[in-house]
Formats: sequence, C-alpha cells, structure tokens
Amino acid sequence: MIGSIIKRIWALLTGLKETFVYFLNTTVFGKPITQMYPEEKRTPYPRFHGLHKLLRDGDGKEKCVACSLCAAVCPARCITVEAAENEQHEKYARHYQIDISRCIFCGYCVEACPVGALLMTGDYELAEYTREGMVYAKERLLRE
Amino acid sequence: MDIITLSIMLFKIIVIFIAMLLGVAYLTWLERKVLGHMQIRYGPMRTGWHGLLQPIADGIKLVFKEDIVVDNANKVIYTIAPFIVAVCAFASFAVVPFGYELTLFGRTIPLRIADVNIGILYIFALSSLSVYGVTLAGWASNNKYALMGGLRGAAQMVSYELSAGLSIIGVLMLTGSLSPVEIVKAQSDVWFFVKQPLGFILFLICGIAECNRTPFDLPEAESELVAGFHVEYSSMKFALFFLAEYAHMIVMGALITTLFLGGWHLPFIDVTAFHPTGITGQLLLALLPIAVFVAKVFCCLFFFIWLRATYPRLRYDQLMTFGWKVLFPLALFNIVLTAVLQIFNVL
Repeated sequence: MIGSIIKRIWALLTGLKETFVYFLNTTVFGKPITQMYPEEKRTPYPRFHGLHKLLRDGDGKEKCVACSLCAAVCPARCITVEAAENEQHEKYARHYQIDISRCIFCGYCVEACPVGALLMTGDYELAEYTREGMVYAKERLLRE
Repeated sequence: MDIITLSIMLFKIIVIFIAMLLGVAYLTWLERKVLGHMQIRYGPMRTGWHGLLQPIADGIKLVFKEDIVVDNANKVIYTIAPFIVAVCAFASFAVVPFGYELTLFGRTIPLRIADVNIGILYIFALSSLSVYGVTLAGWASNNKYALMGGLRGAAQMVSYELSAGLSIIGVLMLTGSLSPVEIVKAQSDVWFFVKQPLGFILFLICGIAECNRTPFDLPEAESELVAGFHVEYSSMKFALFFLAEYAHMIVMGALITTLFLGGWHLPFIDVTAFHPTGITGQLLLALLPIAVFVAKVFCCLFFFIWLRATYPRLRYDQLMTFGWKVLFPLALFNIVLTAVLQIFNVL
C-alpha cells in the first residue's frame, strides 16, 4: 500500500517536472514554437501550391499559347482563357484570368500546361477586401 | 490617535489596496503567460510589450460590457453576491504582516494594517464567509449550472476548510499564538515548513481547494458546468468574481508565507546584523523584508499556476473522498504527532 502511494505521488511529481521543463525550455533556454505571424513569415516549401504565375520566355514574350487545357482540367472551373492571334499569326491569350476565390490550389493547371507557361508560387497572403479583387487578370498573373 | 498616526494608517490602506488591485491584474497576466509557456506558446503578446497592457485592456473591456440581470433571478441577492465574495477576499489582507516595523523620522510604523491578535482566525472566518457569496450567486441566478456550481462550492469549502483549519493547528501549537506577527517572529531561525512538513503540504492542498483553483475548480468546472456559479454574471459583476478569485489566491499565498515560509525573514541571513550608514542604505534595509515577503508570495502564486498547467480536474467523488478520507485523518494525525513531539521536546 505504501509502495502504491509513493508511486502515485511520484507520478504527480513527474508531471510537475514535465511542465517545468517546458517552461524553462520556452523562457530561459529557448522560445515557444509559435510563429508571430505578421512579423515572422513562414517560408513555404519549394513545391507549395500558392498563387499562380504566368511565365515569359527568354525574349520576354508570354509563354502561354491559349490552348485552354488548364481551363479544361480545372476542377473548380476558375480559369477563363480567350484566345486570339497576334501579328506573327501565333495564338496567344487575349484574356487570361483565374478566380482565386474559387481556386482549390490543386495544381492540375500547372500539370496540364503543354508549354510550361503556368507555375505555382509560394505567395499565400491572398486576402482582399472585395470579391473582384480575388479575380486575377493576365497582367497580375504575369507579375515579376 | 493623533492625526499623523491616522494619516499613516490611511496611507497604508490605500497603498495596500492599490497594490492588491495591481497584483490581481498582473496575476492574470502572469497566469496566462506561465500557462502559455508551459504549453510551448507565448500567451498575450500583442497589447504592449509582451502583452503587459493586457490586464488593462481586459478591465476596460469588462467595464464596457452590458450588465445583464437575468429576468428570473432574485435581483437583490444576485447583486449582493459578487460584493460579498470581493469584500471577503480583499478584507482578508488587512491582518497579513508584510514586514515587521519601519522606523521613519523617529516614528515606528508596523507594516500591517491591523494588529489583530487572532489574525489567523480572522482570515479563516472571512474565507469561510466568501462561500456565502459563491452559493448565493449560484442560487440567485436561477440557472441549473449556476446552482450546481454554488452547491459544489459550498460542499467543497466546508470539507476543505476543516482540513485547512486542522492542518495549521500544529503551527499554532508551536507558537502558542493566533497572531500572524507572533507566528512570523517564531520562525526567525527555522521556518515552520521544516518543523511541520505534513501540515505544510496539507495546508497547501487545502489552500488551493479553497481558492477554487485547478485541480479543485469543481464550482466553476468549465467542461461540465459552463462556468459554474457565475454563468449568468456579466460586466463588472463578473469582474468582481474574477478579482475576488485572484485576490483570494494572493491572500492564500500570503497566508502560506506567513504560516510556513517564514514571512519576511530571509533564509540563513540575519538582517538585523547589518548596520548600513546613510539614508539610502537604511531605507533599503527597511524595505528588504517587504521585498522578501513579496518574493515568497510570488513563489506560492507561481506554484499555483504551475499546478494548474499540470493537473486535470478531480472528479467530484474523488474530491470528497480525498478531502474526508485522506486530508482530514492526516491533519488529525499531524496534530497528535506535533503534540507528542512537543511533549518530548523534539520540536
């Protein structure tokens, strides 16, 4: 009986030790694991699915050929492509927009693109004050 | 009583009252911080440097909340209950000696508000009275959760008050006095937690139970009773309960310090051996006991918070079994043990 009482009291003391070690490790010997978000930003992993980006080739020309495969594969149907022809009789996207408020960030569009014109970046701070602001037109997607 | 004595008295009361209020406010901050760090997070960080203005923000928030009185409540008792709790908690501090004497300009100032020769009894009486506030608040709210909380509060206080009272009898036997000052004076060489280890542990446990602190926070068990006896309270009435709870914690810390941790005495160092020259040195020496006392109370409070971060709440039957079948016999045993040891001149 005495043994079991000592065992129980020992268990209580072990618990106290545990919390105190955490206290010391987060005050004197280190910091809590909390990231103080707006000040301390998290760096996303290389394959993070963030905001899309339309790429340009070496001459600064848009890579996109307006094939609409991205729009076709998109499960959320948030990509709209409107094709047109330029002076060199090449197909290009006159309008290209992604509705980020509908996007599920699955990355199928990037996989589907035959010319590698689309990329997902690490940008994750996508909050806007209006719904219209969530619709990204071609100019915003081509950003540096 | 001349005018200077009176004004010194008034000054002491005001200083202690403000210190208590500030202490309570920053105790909430300390609690949230310590709990946070023990759970590997920060706690309040946004309001002021490391959340230092958080208690003030909380206070302002509570003042501006709507003061709701429930329709079916007993209005009078509903309003009085928080005041009973708060007054009892704050009035208890009147007899706590936070230092011995201070000699300023040839005048000796005792460092306590009232020198009551049955001070310990007074504190116990007041802390028993505050149960009325809890129970009445629970009953007057006309809410089943509040009533359950109030009843639990009453049952718990009655059970643990008994063991608390019995566990300090050993100390009273050693000093032969109920005066807090005499008890602290008797600890100038050996603190009582060395002579009364069992009594110390028992009183510590009962003290936590009396403050309704985790693991004995049955009256306000959030996960079962929503908030317990103060479910229906809002705004400043709720704030009064909150203040009282933390003030009660401070009083309990002060009581443990007075009874078992040697009050204002420094361990192994006799302060009276120093004879500093110059007014600054003398003032520092005079204020040292107060600082020692505050530091000891702080350690007690840290321990309370530490317990809260560690242990889950007891089940209700466990609470009662523990109180009546463990603490109560042990407290009686402690009295007998102390008496026997005293007869044989061991203590």
